[in-house]
Amino acid sequence: MLKIGSGAGFSGDRLEPAEVLLEHAELDYLVLECLAERTIALAQKEKFHEPEKGFDPHLEVRVRRLLPLLSNQKTRLITNMGAANPEAAATKIVEIAKELNISCKVAAVTGDDVFQVIETNHLLPNDNPQQVKKENLLSANVYLGAEALLPALETEADIIVTGRAADPSLFLAPQIHHFQWSMHDYEKLGKGTVVGHLLECGAQVSGGYFADPGKKEAADLADIGFPFAEIEEDEVVIKKVEGTGGVINLQTVKEQLLYEVHDPANYFTPDVTADFSKVEVKETGENQVQVTGGKGHERPDKLKVSIGYHAGFIGEGEISYAGANAEARAALAGSILEKRLSDKVPHLRIDYIGMSSLHRTSFGEHTPYEVRVRAAGHSDSEEVAALIGKETEALYTNGPAGGGGARKKITESIGVLSNYLSRDQVHPKLIIRSTDNETI
Amino acid sequence: MKLYNIAHSRAGDKGDIVNLSLIPYQEEDYEFLRRHVTEYKVKEHLQDIVKGDVIRYDIPSFKAFNFVCQQSLLGGVTTSLALDTHGKSLSFALLEMEI
Repeated sequence: MLKIGSGAGFSGDRLEPAEVLLEHAELDYLVLECLAERTIALAQKEKFHEPEKGFDPHLEVRVRRLLPLLSNQKTRLITNMGAANPEAAATKIVEIAKELNISCKVAAVTGDDVFQVIETNHLLPNDNPQQVKKENLLSANVYLGAEALLPALETEADIIVTGRAADPSLFLAPQIHHFQWSMHDYEKLGKGTVVGHLLECGAQVSGGYFADPGKKEAADLADIGFPFAEIEEDEVVIKKVEGTGGVINLQTVKEQLLYEVHDPANYFTPDVTADFSKVEVKETGENQVQVTGGKGHERPDKLKVSIGYHAGFIGEGEISYAGANAEARAALAGSILEKRLSDKVPHLRIDYIGMSSLHRTSFGEHTPYEVRVRAAGHSDSEEVAALIGKETEALYTNGPAGGGGARKKITESIGVLSNYLSRDQVHPKLIIRSTDNETI
Repeated sequence: MKLYNIAHSRAGDKGDIVNLSLIPYQEEDYEFLRRHVTEYKVKEHLQDIVKGDVIRYDIPSFKAFNFVCQQSLLGGVTTSLALDTHGKSLSFALLEMEI
């Protein structure tokens, strides 16, 4: 049996559940999925200014806490915390291991950075409605598949760190390695991808992003347990550590099976076109669900590339109104902001939080006790974007009665475009760093 | 009756597309949902949110549906001016539907 745990579903995910998994689940592998599309563009920028940086900002704290446990349990770690710089991440991990007096070998898998290929061959997608200019490009990273990770798994590396790899591939690679599946056995790769898809978002299959009091219960959410899979050739069970919070049942598994999926019969990854449409799920005990029937067929010809670009700045301001006639005072505030800002910020968005900011309607009449006005707009100029927050704040003394709790914010906006590259243009590379000073 | 009473949902995003799963609490309600929660009805119900097409995928093996809604996130996660840039809350907009 192979046991794979999911210790993070995004960069800022909670730290403790991964420790609990390592202490109690007897894992063969722990996977930390920490890389969002726009994050890698920001990391690329950081690497540009500081060449020894560009990996996940939480890498150091995660590795410091997990390394002793990984080493004790002989659990291998697979992670995309390398972000824009897996090599520097490997060096950093070895540095931490030396400090902790733990022997550790790290394999960095690079080759996802295809910025040069995209830039020199003018490979911006035809479908480029934002008319992105070349000088605004920040990053181009191809989604590596399990195949790129296999050479790293074949080494004795304790930790495999990469950058942009398809999320389910981080979980599929150890299954291929363990069961010695062929890269052409699409049926098996499809099954393995179902497991990866279920685990890749951390707690989202074990009661996170799920609870609805009175309707969908998840016990002791504050102490939520992250999931792991027990995998045999033909059977997979999704579980969590006994005594942790959250829930794993048919509902949580079904919700996660379809999360970020379009056509369930054609889920594209670099490894396989997975088919989730014939999956069957069965509760086999408390907080454990058996998953069967994952399928797959021929992998896509080309690999997806995620291209990050600088998209100007987003300015935001918020202020609240409460009590009698709050809605009308909020509406007045919104109209004042539109008047004061419209010549500088052409597409200013005004939302009424508490009424229609999330669904752009409230499906009927509701009178809220309090309303929060939110203004948001885009500008190529940071200064202009800042005006939105400033004008919102100025509503204290220059707006309707009783405005409170004003806040302002400016965010650098990173846009993401997609394109495709043929496989022969992508060359994954393996770099080894070790506490025993071995370097390849 | 609201859809909320008999089904649950989760939203996911990709670019400017949001997908909304629809899962009956009781598997025997799958047929009822298949007949009543059509692409057309969902598009009409979510008219303030979804500006493009709605496609429904049926998954009889685990009794669930997946509604893929084009042009639903004000231009896409990364540059959208929406408060909920990912459209994560939109699962509960679907469940507001009267059936």
